[in-house]
Amino acid sequence: MAAPAGIRRVDEAVWELPPTFRPGMRVPVRLFATEGLLGEMDEQVFAQAANVATLPGIVGYSFTMPDAHWGYGFPIGGVAAMDVETGVISPGGIGFDINCGMRLALTDLTEEEVRPRIRELVDALFERVPAGVGTKGFVKLGESDFADVLEQGTGWCLRHGFATEEDLDRTEERGCLAGADAAKVSPRALERGRNQLGTLGSGNHYLEIQVAHPEGIADPALAARFGITRPNQVVVMFHCGSRGFGHQVATDYLEVFLHAMKTKHRLEIIDRELACAPFRSREGQNYFTAMKCAINMSFANRQVILHRVREVFEAVFHRSPADLGMEMVYDVAHNTAKLETHRVDGERRQLLVHRKGATRAFAPGMPDLPPEFAETGQPVIIGGSMETGSYLLAGVPSGAASFYSTAHGSGRTMSRTKARKQFPGRDLERRLLAHGIYVRSASYAGLAEEAGPAYKDIDAVVEATDRAGLSRRVVRFTPIGNVKG
Amino acid sequence: MPYEFLDDGVTSDVTFHAWGRSLEELFSAAADATLNVMVRSVESVRPLETRSASVEADALDLLLMRFLDELIYRKDVEELLLRAKELHVDTERNRVQTVLTGERIDPKRHELVADVKAVTLHDLRVERSATGWDAHVTLDV
Repeated sequence: MAAPAGIRRVDEAVWELPPTFRPGMRVPVRLFATEGLLGEMDEQVFAQAANVATLPGIVGYSFTMPDAHWGYGFPIGGVAAMDVETGVISPGGIGFDINCGMRLALTDLTEEEVRPRIRELVDALFERVPAGVGTKGFVKLGESDFADVLEQGTGWCLRHGFATEEDLDRTEERGCLAGADAAKVSPRALERGRNQLGTLGSGNHYLEIQVAHPEGIADPALAARFGITRPNQVVVMFHCGSRGFGHQVATDYLEVFLHAMKTKHRLEIIDRELACAPFRSREGQNYFTAMKCAINMSFANRQVILHRVREVFEAVFHRSPADLGMEMVYDVAHNTAKLETHRVDGERRQLLVHRKGATRAFAPGMPDLPPEFAETGQPVIIGGSMETGSYLLAGVPSGAASFYSTAHGSGRTMSRTKARKQFPGRDLERRLLAHGIYVRSASYAGLAEEAGPAYKDIDAVVEATDRAGLSRRVVRFTPIGNVKG
Repeated sequence: MPYEFLDDGVTSDVTFHAWGRSLEELFSAAADATLNVMVRSVESVRPLETRSASVEADALDLLLMRFLDELIYRKDVEELLLRAKELHVDTERNRVQTVLTGERIDPKRHELVADVKAVTLHDLRVERSATGWDAHVTLDV
């Protein structure tokens, strides 16, 4: 694997492929990566990022983040902003797992207090937060209740005792995008999602107990502002999305778009996974509205999971969640398309920003940030592989170069099939235990697919985001317990 | 086992190649490959429940996508792991009619692996081969 000929170094960790790289490119490709990460990147990342550059209405560049890897349609770690009048919306630029994201919550406990109880804690979390293939959640919802979840997101959770007002403040979009309408969602998607609220899913979805060691604090002042104040403080981080509901919404609209492209919009695309429709068309607007339902479902899903996590901590430590200081740091999404206003060539323009495996990272002072982050910038939560570590970062002004987007995780380097052959799940479990990480998994074969060597080096990815000016390091967390879906 | 998982597919997903002498055999193999992503042994799924399904699409490859989507849908909605017992593919109408058999997910009986989120259109192919039919499918997991 090597970067293609014609790639140009723009800055220390910024690279560019010109529009001459392949026919039909409307804008150049900008890749954010260190030389090392660029060298390791799948060849397909370059081809896919170039394909994205051919989409109608794309503004500026087709971007890739330092954790970019080969996906379907867009690369994972791809960002593309579209003009709202002339541009398209593409489900393949968002991913099937709409609004998949990361949530980070604090505790006032230390590693010394939690380690002796880690088995009890992880076993209880494994019991209480359903994970794995085809699981159902504990929240029983009728059809109209589920429509309320889709249209109200975390607000629904607040009204039903699963959230606090502060949780909403600490969630991107306050956990609800306005304009979601369950009528734009197929009965099939509604059926698929109705029983899945409060479930983790499988694959790379997980829930971790992590520690902020003093040597992991990169920026003590910012860390304190985000609530990391004591040595060896324990936090809870988890990664999941909109479950079967979001997957079905994406599947349904992919077909709608394929059909409409041919019969109505006469759009030609290079790869069917880039199926798209003009944002202002009926199909485009219907998908945007349905996608908002999946975004809200996903925020509600992570909120209900947090509620369960708090119950488990309360049962294990015999203190209330408030007393345990179990406040949220933030909830970020990394599979979305959002309307945002950005400055382009000195002019403020409304853009539809697709982020697929990329996290929004707003800079200090940006109007959409809650007041408590006005000076710090947006917290960004980056999940590493379960063997390595995870990060809390913050948005920075130089993020304007990527429409304020940064990495989302470590990014795979090895296929699941290969990882499964190379790392037997039970061996990995023993190795993790030897490293002080207690794991419960719904699937040991699935566990093997998530082995550390199947991913890029998370430290290298985060360093690259720092060097490229996309975000800044605040805290590195080390896992001590993991529930794997 | 008329299918194989490819090592060099999309890194974050699972790509399989399935084959059969007829379209019926091909679709049935693709169903088992999809099931095999979720459960380590397809043989561990007993034929205790029966469902029928009829699926139509604009093209043959999209028909395979829709057929596999039906299995994923029933896995989430009814918690059923299913295999194709009977299958008829009508190429004129791009329609598949099938009888599916299987059982409810039971982690004690089924060694579960990874949930399948969706069938992607990434390099999705249904093609004639020298001996019958071939398909390449990438699943999002």
